Amino acid sequence: MRQKLARLVGGVAIAALALGGTAACKSDSGTDEASGGDGCGSKIAFFGALTGPNAALGINMNGGVKLAVDKYNKENADCQVTLVPLDSQGNPEQAPGLAQQAIDDTKILGIVGPAFSGESEAANPLFSEAELVHITPSATRPSLADQGWKTFFRAVGSDFSQGPAAGRYIKDVLKAEKVFVIDDQSAYGAGLADEVKKVLGAAVVSSDKVQGDGKQNDFSATVTKVKSSGATAIFYGGYYQEAGLIRKQLTAAGVTATLVAGDGVNDAAYIEGAGAAAAEGTILTCPCQPATEARGSFVDDFKALNGSEPGTYSDTAFDAANILLAGIKAGNTTRTKMLEFVKGYSGEGVAASYKFTETGELDPAQVKVWAYKVEGGKVVPDQEVPRS
Amino acid sequence: MNFNALFSDFGGYTITGLTVGAIYALVALGYTLVYGVLRLINFAHSEVFIAGAFAAIWGWAALGLDRDSVASGFGSIMLYLLVGALIAAVASAGTATVVERVAYRPLRKRNAPPLAFLITAIGASIAIAEAFGIYTRRLPVGAPTIVKPDLVLFEVAGTEVTMVQVLVIVSALAMMVALDLFINRSRIGRGIRAVAQDQNTAALMGINKDRIILVVFIIGGVMAGVAGMLYDIRIGTLTYSVGFLLGLKAFTAAVLGGIGNLRGALVGGLLLGLVENYASALFGANWKDLVAFVVLVVLLMFRPTGLLGESLGRARA
Amino acid sequence: MTSVREWIYSGRHAVGERWHNAPRWMRWAVIAAVIVFFYALPNREFYQWLGPIPTTGSNFGQVLFTISIYVLLAVGLNIVVGFAGLLDLGYFGFFAVGAYTVAVLTSPSSDLKTLWPWLLALPVALVLTMISGVMLGTPTLRLRGDYLAIVTLGFAEMIRVAATSSEFLKGQRGFNQIPHPPGSYSDGKPIFGVLDPRPYYWLVLTLIILVVIGVRNLNRSRVGRAWISIREDEDAAQLMGVPTFKFKLWAFASGAFIGGLAGALFAGKQNFVSSQNLELLNSIIILAAVILGGSGNIVGAIVGGGLVAYMIERFRGIEFFGVELYEYRFMFFGLVLVVMMIFRPQGLIPNRRRAAEFKDRRKEVIVGG
Repeated sequence: MRQKLARLVGGVAIAALALGGTAACKSDSGTDEASGGDGCGSKIAFFGALTGPNAALGINMNGGVKLAVDKYNKENADCQVTLVPLDSQGNPEQAPGLAQQAIDDTKILGIVGPAFSGESEAANPLFSEAELVHITPSATRPSLADQGWKTFFRAVGSDFSQGPAAGRYIKDVLKAEKVFVIDDQSAYGAGLADEVKKVLGAAVVSSDKVQGDGKQNDFSATVTKVKSSGATAIFYGGYYQEAGLIRKQLTAAGVTATLVAGDGVNDAAYIEGAGAAAAEGTILTCPCQPATEARGSFVDDFKALNGSEPGTYSDTAFDAANILLAGIKAGNTTRTKMLEFVKGYSGEGVAASYKFTETGELDPAQVKVWAYKVEGGKVVPDQEVPRS
Repeated sequence: MNFNALFSDFGGYTITGLTVGAIYALVALGYTLVYGVLRLINFAHSEVFIAGAFAAIWGWAALGLDRDSVASGFGSIMLYLLVGALIAAVASAGTATVVERVAYRPLRKRNAPPLAFLITAIGASIAIAEAFGIYTRRLPVGAPTIVKPDLVLFEVAGTEVTMVQVLVIVSALAMMVALDLFINRSRIGRGIRAVAQDQNTAALMGINKDRIILVVFIIGGVMAGVAGMLYDIRIGTLTYSVGFLLGLKAFTAAVLGGIGNLRGALVGGLLLGLVENYASALFGANWKDLVAFVVLVVLLMFRPTGLLGESLGRARA
Repeated sequence: MTSVREWIYSGRHAVGERWHNAPRWMRWAVIAAVIVFFYALPNREFYQWLGPIPTTGSNFGQVLFTISIYVLLAVGLNIVVGFAGLLDLGYFGFFAVGAYTVAVLTSPSSDLKTLWPWLLALPVALVLTMISGVMLGTPTLRLRGDYLAIVTLGFAEMIRVAATSSEFLKGQRGFNQIPHPPGSYSDGKPIFGVLDPRPYYWLVLTLIILVVIGVRNLNRSRVGRAWISIREDEDAAQLMGVPTFKFKLWAFASGAFIGGLAGALFAGKQNFVSSQNLELLNSIIILAAVILGGSGNIVGAIVGGGLVAYMIERFRGIEFFGVELYEYRFMFFGLVLVVMMIFRPQGLIPNRRRAAEFKDRRKEVIVGG
C-alpha cells in the first residue's frame, strides 16, 4: 500500500520532471565517485558547533583542522586540499542536513567530527550508509562505538576511560571522602557523572542535576545543597559555560571544596566565566596529553595561524585531520579506499599515538588520561592519572 | 522526594527563594503595568531587563571595574551601586521606550488586533536578545564584585543571611512601595489608573493617552533595570539568553498574583521564588521549572484571575 | 512612498480578485501545477535550474523535509489560533508528544523494549497526542486569552523539562535507532532509507495535502462555523447556543493530532529523538509563521510555515562582508516579524473575512490617538 503510494508520488515527480523538459541535460558530478587519480582538489570537512552556546569547543577544533590543512597545502602547493566547515551548533536536529551536504559533495573524502555525542547519533548513520569516513576528535560517549557504524573512528578515549580516571583522581589524589556530583543532563555530562559515581560509590554524599545549553544561570539551590552536604570535592559533568557559573556561585557562597570536571570544561572560557580567583585550583581531566616536547611546534603554529591559544581538542582535531590528509597524500582518492586507510592507520600525532580497534575506538593502550589544574588563571598540567 | 535536603537547610532555601522572588517581582511589575493599561503581554520586557543588566556591567567596566575587581569601602560600594542602578534604569527605560515607539505605537495607531501586538513583541524580543548575543559573541560576561557575596550580615535561627540577599530584597521592596505610592497618590498615577480603566473615556477627559502609555513603559523599564543590576550583583555573570526564561518566570509570577495588580506582582514573585527553591530541594534543580508551572496551572484552576485578582484600574481611586 | 504602497496594495488586490473570479478549471490547473512543482522540487535535476532558491549551506532535500514539517505544524496550529482564536504558545509540545511516543515504543534504547515498527507506533502516537490535547484543554480552555497563552507555554516547557530530566525519557541522550516507515522498492532496497530525504518529503507533502483537504472540509462544516463564532465573540456564541467549550476542545484536539503527526514523521525520518529537539523557541516560531502567513487562512498558514522555515535555513552559508549571515538569522527573523506586523498586521495572505474586519477596525475612530 505504502509502496504503491510512494511509487505514485515518485511517478508524479517524474512526470513533473518531464514537464520541466530540460531537466536531465545538466548532469552535475552527481553520483560518480571523486575525480581523477590524484588527491588534488579534494576536500575534508569539519563537523561541529562553530556558533551557538557550545561554540568555543568547536572553534578550538576547527582551528586545529585549519592548521593541519594549511600545513599540508604549504607542503603540497601544487596539489591543494580544501577545508569545508559544517556548523551544526551542536544541535542534533541540524546534523542530518549537514551530513547529507557533506555526502553530496563527492570531493569530500573524510570528516573531522561530529564534535559532540548528540549530533553524532543523528549524523553517523548517514555517514555509515555513504561510507564516508569520519574521525571524531571529541565525542566521548561510549555507546557511539557499538552501534555498528562502519565509518566511526574516535581519536580520544571514551567516557569509560575518562570517567573512572576522574573518580580515581578524586579518591586517590584528593582523598575526598564526601563528594557531591552534579551533571547537566547532557549525553556527555550525565554519562561522565555516572562513571564517576560508579568509582566513588558510597563517597558520593549527594547529587544534583542542572540544565545545560545556557538555559540556567542561577544555581543557588544547587549551591545550597552542596553547602549543606559538607562535601570536600565536587564533580561536574558538563560543559564550561555552566561550570564557570557554578564555580563562581559556589565560591561566592563560601564553598571551598575542589571542583573536578571533565574535558568539556577544559577551556579558557571556563576561567573567563568563573573569574580567575574562583577558578583557581579546579581540576580538569582530559583523555589528552599536555603540551610537551612531543608536540613540537604545534602550539606556536596554532597561535600564528588562528591568533589564539590552542584549546581542548585542538590537538586531537589536528591529528585527526592529519590522518585524513595522510590518506589523501597516499593516493586514496575514493571514500572506500580512504575508509580502508584509516582502518589500518597507525602513527604518531601531537596528542597521542593512533591506532584504531575493530569498533573504531582508539587503541586502549594509547589512551592516557591527564589531570590539569587551574593555576594563576591558566590551565596547567598536573599529573597523569594512574590506571587503576 | 528528598525532604531531608529541604529541612536540613530550610532557612537557607527560604532566604534564597525570597531573593530570587524579589527579582522576579521587580520584572513582573513591568508586565503587570503594561498589561493593566494596554491588555498586552509585553514579550519584549525580558529584553528590557537584559539591557539593564548588561548596561550595569558595562557601566562598571567604564568606571574601571572589570570582572576580577572587588570594590571596597562603604562609600565607594554605595556609589557603585547607585551608579549601576542609574545606568541600568536609564538603559532599560530607553529600551522600553524604543520598543514602545517602534513596535507598539504604529500598531496602536492602526487599531491592530491583539495578536499583531503579540507578534511584534516576540519579534522585538528575539531581535534584541540576538543583537546582545552577537555583540557578546554569545559568551557569558562577568560582573565585578561590588558587594562581597560571602559577607554575612546577620543570622536568623541558624541561617546565615548575606549582605547581597538583604540588598536585593530591601531594594526590591523599597522600589515597590515607591511605585505603589506613585500609582495611588500622584497625578500621573491617577492618569495611569484612568487609562487602565477605559482608554477612550480617559482620553476624552483630557488625559494624554500616549504620554501615559510611554510613562508606563518607562516605569516598567526602570524597575526591570534595577532588577537587572541586582541580578548582576547576585549571580555575577550574565549571558544574553537568560532574559527569555527569566521573563517567562516573571510573567508567570505576574499571572500568579493576578496580572494587572501591582501588589499581586510582589506576592506572585516571592511565592514563585519560594516554590522554585523548595522544589529544587525536594526534586532536584532540574525539576523546578516544571513544578513552577504546575503550581501556576493548579492555581489558575481555582482562582482564574490569580491570587489577588486583576485590578490596576480598580485599585482604590 | 504611499503611492507605491497603494500601487502594490491595489495590485495584490487585483490578483486576489482575479483568482476568485477565475473559472473553476483554471483554479484547479494552477493548484495542480503548484502541487506538481513541489513534488518535483527535491530532485537535483530540477532544483539546480532554480537559481538562488535551493539552500547552499545544507542539503536542499533535507531542508525541504524540515520545511514540510513546519508547514504541517503551521496548518495544525492555524486551526487553534486562526479558526478558533485560541492563543496557543506551546504548540510544539504536541510535536514532542508525537515524536516521543514513537521513540519510546520503537527504539531499542527505550526502557519498554517493545521495538514496534514505526507504522504500528504511529496510530498510538496520534491517539496519545489527541488525549494530551484534551487533557491540557479540559482544565485550561475555561481560561481566557492571555491566561491560556501562558498556560500553554508552560505546558511546552513542562514537556521539555520532563523530557530532559526524567530517566524514562532519556534526556539529551535520547532514543536512537528509531525505525523508518516501511516499504521497499522492487529491488529490495527500502524506500525510506537513511540517505535519501526525498521519500520522506514526498510522504509529508502527501499528508499535508490530505490534512489540508480534511481541515478545509472541517472548517466549512458546522464545526468550522462554530469556531468562527467563538473567535469573533465567545459570549455571543454561547448565547446563541453554540457549545463553546466542546468546540474549543475539538479545535485543541485536532490541532494536537496534526502536531503529533508531524512529530511522529520527524521521529521516523530522524532516527534519533532527544530533548535537544524541544526548544521553546520552536513553538513561538510556528505561531509567528501562522500569523505572518495570515491567521485563519490555510494557504496563509502554509506559506507562512514554509517561508519562516526556509528563511532561517537560507541564511546558512551566505557570507556578507566576510561575516556568516547564519549567525544573524534570528535577529533578522525578529526584525522581519516587527516590520511585517506593522505594515501588514493581517498577514501575507489573510482570511477574507478577517481582512475585511481589519479594514473596519482601521476606520474606527481612535480617541486621543
